[in-house]
Amino acid sequence: MSSSDTAPLRVIDLNAYYGTRQAVADVTMSFAPNAVTALMGPSGCGKTTILRCLNRIHEIAPGAYARGQVLLDGEDVYESHISVIELRRRVGMVFQRANPFPTLSILGNVTAGLSRNVPSSEKMRVAEKALRSAALWDEVKDKLQKPATALSGGQQQRLCIARALAVEPEVLLMDEPTSSLDPISTLSIEELMTALADEYAIVVVTHNMQQAARVSDYSAFMLADEHGVGRLIEMDETTKIFTKPSDRRTEDYITGRFG
Amino acid sequence: MPRREDMKNRNYAAIAAADRVFLLVVYAAAGLFVLLVAMLFVELVHGSWPSIVAFKFKFLWTSEWNPVTGQFGALPLIYGTLVTSLIAIVLAGFVGILAAAYLAEFAPGWIARPLGFVIELLAAVPSVVFGLWGLFVLAPFVRTVLGPFLQKTLGFLPLFQGSISGVGMLTAGLILALMVLPTVTAISREVIVAIGSDLREASMSLGATKWETVARVVIPASRVGIFGAIVLALGRALGETIATTMVIGNRPEIAASLFAPSYTLASVIANEFTEANGTVYISALVELGLLLFIVSFLVNAMARLLLWAVLREKS
Repeated sequence: MSSSDTAPLRVIDLNAYYGTRQAVADVTMSFAPNAVTALMGPSGCGKTTILRCLNRIHEIAPGAYARGQVLLDGEDVYESHISVIELRRRVGMVFQRANPFPTLSILGNVTAGLSRNVPSSEKMRVAEKALRSAALWDEVKDKLQKPATALSGGQQQRLCIARALAVEPEVLLMDEPTSSLDPISTLSIEELMTALADEYAIVVVTHNMQQAARVSDYSAFMLADEHGVGRLIEMDETTKIFTKPSDRRTEDYITGRFG
Repeated sequence: MPRREDMKNRNYAAIAAADRVFLLVVYAAAGLFVLLVAMLFVELVHGSWPSIVAFKFKFLWTSEWNPVTGQFGALPLIYGTLVTSLIAIVLAGFVGILAAAYLAEFAPGWIARPLGFVIELLAAVPSVVFGLWGLFVLAPFVRTVLGPFLQKTLGFLPLFQGSISGVGMLTAGLILALMVLPTVTAISREVIVAIGSDLREASMSLGATKWETVARVVIPASRVGIFGAIVLALGRALGETIATTMVIGNRPEIAASLFAPSYTLASVIANEFTEANGTVYISALVELGLLLFIVSFLVNAMARLLLWAVLREKS
């Protein structure tokens, strides 16, 4: 595991709640730079909740809140002067279902996160860079003004990745980004994750163990306890988790004995 | 064994038959609307035939509505109907969409629920009550406060010139705006609420504030439904009768000033039907009904066409 001091993003004693229901308890983990970290575990283990705490989007649901620390470059995003706006621009997010803005063009979607004052030539430059990074440029460069909804599901998801990259984040969160895609689109997104890890810290939630094994450098395994509260069981290099996990429950899960 | 086969076959046949009956019932229910509209149209044309024969298309573009001389031109009534409805829809659309956005996005539950109830209550107020209130409260307010204020600030526009009697197109438009406001608000609110959380989250994950998310993502995404709410409200404003009749002044004239009295298609019918004598007079009133029917239809059709064009251009 990488030295947690250099990790751009760390979580310390995180507890997350939906109203009176606790979803996650006492989670401490760190996310390495230039690496893909997979959060895996069965449904209801709190992996998505953890992810949503990292950019504080968890708390937009009515009654939802979190206690504990989320450190971005050493600063607690819940306490420090980092505004939630700035946080979300530094920690981008891609969702389970591709969610392009239906009223905007492809170009409009990519540049949606940029300030309105950015001149259009600059927007164009940023858009091309982001679309190239998302491996979508060649497919859409001739139809940037078309509505985003005209793209296929896999293309829409890569468009959402480009939209997140356009604001130049340091960390990219991905919440089961391929769960609604066909195998070929899934493969292209997975290749993209590996490529993007050269520049970003990537945190991906997945319930697909093969995917975690294929794309991630580090893996965290989570499980809900008897009260339905998600807990971190273990976190290590992916190869180690999949070959000799230190916890019996991890082994049971990856060998398919439950979950 | 063969018996069992028989049972099976009979069951499938029975199910298929039941399906066909159900289909027929559904078709009939939907077809009823077509039949009703067609019959209404035929009956209106039939009733207005003497007037159609007497005035031909002059009925549409002459401005004299004079039962004494037997001259019937509906232009001032069409004008009054369209202008008052336009005032209503501009005001109610503006306020209604903002109120809907507040209710759906910003108001906490303990405010949104009672407020939603109040809005529904407003929709349940009988129009004659709106009319009374308009006549005794709103009209004096327009005469003494709002009218002079508009004249002082925007008096350079022909819209706000001339004498202010209190009853007229502006007052009627304001009353209509109040009456259709619940429609615009309630439907727009439903539409906004129905927008999935995935779009809101997409926007907020890019660092947009709640306000930016509502203004740039949620409302644009709900524009088709909001547009539908406005068309529905417009239909109601065009046909509203009693309240308008009580505050519009009931004078078949075309004036540029919104302070001037006017008349609407529906008001004329309501006011004059009981006293109408002579075949042509009665038939002219029926033709007003036909016109109202056509105007409503055209406004609806144009709105839909506009929407269709806007959506097409995008794709």
